[in-house]
Amino acid sequence: MEALKILKKAGNTDLDINLEKNLVVSPSPHITGTSSTSKIMRDVIIALSPAAAAGIYYFGYRAALVIAVTVAACILSEYISCKVLKKANTVSDLSAVVTGILLALNLTPSIPLWIAAVGGVVAIVIVKQVFGGIGQNFMNPALAARVIMIVSWPEAMTRWIDPGTDAVSAATPLAIIKKGAEITEAARPVYFDLFIGNIAGCIGETSVAALLAGGIYLLIRKVISYEIPLTYIGTVALMTWVLGGGTLFSGDFIYHILGGGLFIGAFFMATDYTTSPITYKGRLIMGVGCGLLTSLIRLYTGYPEGVSFSILIMNITVPLIDRYTIPVPFGGSKRSA
Amino acid sequence: MLFLNRRGTFRGGTHVPMHKETSDMATVTMDLPAKVRIPMQQHLGAPCIPTVAKGDKVKAGQIIGSSDKYVSAPVHSGVSGTVTAVNPIMYAGGCEVMTVEIETDGLQETHESVKPHSPADKDDFIRIISGSGLVGLGGAGFPEHVKLKPPAGLEVDTLIVNAAECEPYITSDFREMIENSTDIAEGVRLLLDIMGYKKAIIGIEDNKPKAIDLMKKTFSGNEKVSVESLKSIYPQGAEKMLIYSLTGRKVPQGKLPSEVGVIVMNVTTVSFIAKYLRTGMPLVGKRVTVVGNAVSKPGNVYALIGTSISDVINACGGFSIQPMKVITGGPMMGAAQFSLETPVTKTTNDILVFDEKEAILPAESPCIRCGRCVDVCPIGLLPLYINLHTLRKNIDELVKFNPCDCIECGSCSYVCPAKRKLVQSIRLGKVMVRNVALKAKTTGPA
Repeated sequence: MEALKILKKAGNTDLDINLEKNLVVSPSPHITGTSSTSKIMRDVIIALSPAAAAGIYYFGYRAALVIAVTVAACILSEYISCKVLKKANTVSDLSAVVTGILLALNLTPSIPLWIAAVGGVVAIVIVKQVFGGIGQNFMNPALAARVIMIVSWPEAMTRWIDPGTDAVSAATPLAIIKKGAEITEAARPVYFDLFIGNIAGCIGETSVAALLAGGIYLLIRKVISYEIPLTYIGTVALMTWVLGGGTLFSGDFIYHILGGGLFIGAFFMATDYTTSPITYKGRLIMGVGCGLLTSLIRLYTGYPEGVSFSILIMNITVPLIDRYTIPVPFGGSKRSA
Repeated sequence: MLFLNRRGTFRGGTHVPMHKETSDMATVTMDLPAKVRIPMQQHLGAPCIPTVAKGDKVKAGQIIGSSDKYVSAPVHSGVSGTVTAVNPIMYAGGCEVMTVEIETDGLQETHESVKPHSPADKDDFIRIISGSGLVGLGGAGFPEHVKLKPPAGLEVDTLIVNAAECEPYITSDFREMIENSTDIAEGVRLLLDIMGYKKAIIGIEDNKPKAIDLMKKTFSGNEKVSVESLKSIYPQGAEKMLIYSLTGRKVPQGKLPSEVGVIVMNVTTVSFIAKYLRTGMPLVGKRVTVVGNAVSKPGNVYALIGTSISDVINACGGFSIQPMKVITGGPMMGAAQFSLETPVTKTTNDILVFDEKEAILPAESPCIRCGRCVDVCPIGLLPLYINLHTLRKNIDELVKFNPCDCIECGSCSYVCPAKRKLVQSIRLGKVMVRNVALKAKTTGPA
């Protein structure tokens, strides 16, 4: 009744007289911020674009084709998975696009397109959707797909080409130093080429400059925090400096951090929300752990590169890391419940 | 010493749009409503029992409800008139509360018990305050006389005056500082002199420079009082955060501020103490900020406790457009009301009316584990895990994430990009944990 009086006084006859019945009642808070999942994913796409552009610049239209194929495969897989699993469609959150781009950037530009497409399907359907979709996968979809592809098509996945050429078999910088003394100093790329990306390798991993630009963008936008990239790259630098040379403390750590997939791994893969720890301490452990594993694989196993395996191994430890790094609440004693 | 401790802020928190558009709107006293409905519980603690019955005549300032429990605060009538009903009414909390309805007679005769007080000593002061019906006016509503008497063995040396007003939209404390600075000064002086606190710190967020300047001027030359500017970040005004920001002291888990020698009082509460000793009129009215897209003329009004929301909105020109959500308190911690008949209470400092666009929040989507809730949580909790284990009803896991430490500030839900109802589920988690603890207590170990 009172409500009616108010309405009359306001002189506004358009108002609903069943005003109270229509009131929304919900617990606080009653406002929400402007961030959203798709905005975050959009930021990641923006951050990946310099690396993608560098890949296309160095390896030509074929790199663009690979990116287009994996992105399309990922979007399509996401769409169909959600339909089949009768879930709300999550294509619009753009996470499938991010997975598609990341996968492409981790493939050699010479990859047969059908294999690239299969990779996209594996990433989304098997690694992501089967485990519950966004936020539920226990491994990074792009990386897990890449490793499955390496095992399935080892030859096609490692047929490297030199920038600016077509299908010339070349060795990646890390493969060059893996062979050690057999290779002459002349075959080793100079630091500058490693930095700008003028070397053989995956589409998006070669240009450290482009990756760094994207990584800094993500840091400024607060999409990622510094802990994992810093500790990951720092640990690899330290380990390869100490153990990477003929004697202790003589390793060429600059070559190690610039060559291979360390930057794309540290800024874009190991920081993946779903498969990295939520706590500050946990992120430090993740970064150091990835760094140790990468260095050990590079220095002491048959593989020239270890970024993918390291991150995947650390991915599966994330629930444990989170569990043992629960912060002490404000005003709490060291040991809480 | 204070300088060494000074931090001006705490870890975590988030920036929320402040919407302090009503800052410059001076308080307007409302016309006397035709009737008031005064709930017997407007505070934390035991509810009051009505001391009046249907048909009784009451006067302004007369006690109409009291309790023999220590943690409680008496309730007074702000009007003179006739009691027309005493019955339980359901409010937004979901519980029925005994409510006294009074039809006003327009005479506003003052009750004979209303007379100035001059406390003889500390105990007398606390006794006088306990008769005033005063509770923390910032929103929590903890009875002030209980706060003034810390548990045995604890000594309070610092009075913190909470003037942070970190909730968006609300400007009632700001207006108190601008309009009643002498009462605030007198209140602080009384508390320092009678209660023997060594110093007082007035904490104001740095988005209110006008209030900071005025308070600094008011207290200039007083060595015991310092006016500190705080970083404007939500929830700066939360008791534990404020104490830490101003003194560097951390209130231990589950403990009260007296544990670290601090008493925190809202600025309007302090000002009321001075007014009460001077006039003897108990807590019967409140400055309420009336604001939101659906209000015709937003502003600050002085409303008597028991005035219905619809009367208050009426005094502000009624609704301009279809209201879809009516909130008492701020948008971060306030309560959405289902009825416009709900009365203004001792803890109402804001009536916020949202239109359709503001009222409907986006739907939840899956957690992406971005960690924003962890970054903003001022307590250092992991809201995403509390949410997960609450929804799974996995209480063994839930307790490991300390849900009961949550101060329910809502920062986590605010920043969540997936729009998850984090703090909402933490409230539920708290109840689940407490119920299990209670069960264990009553049945004993197996």
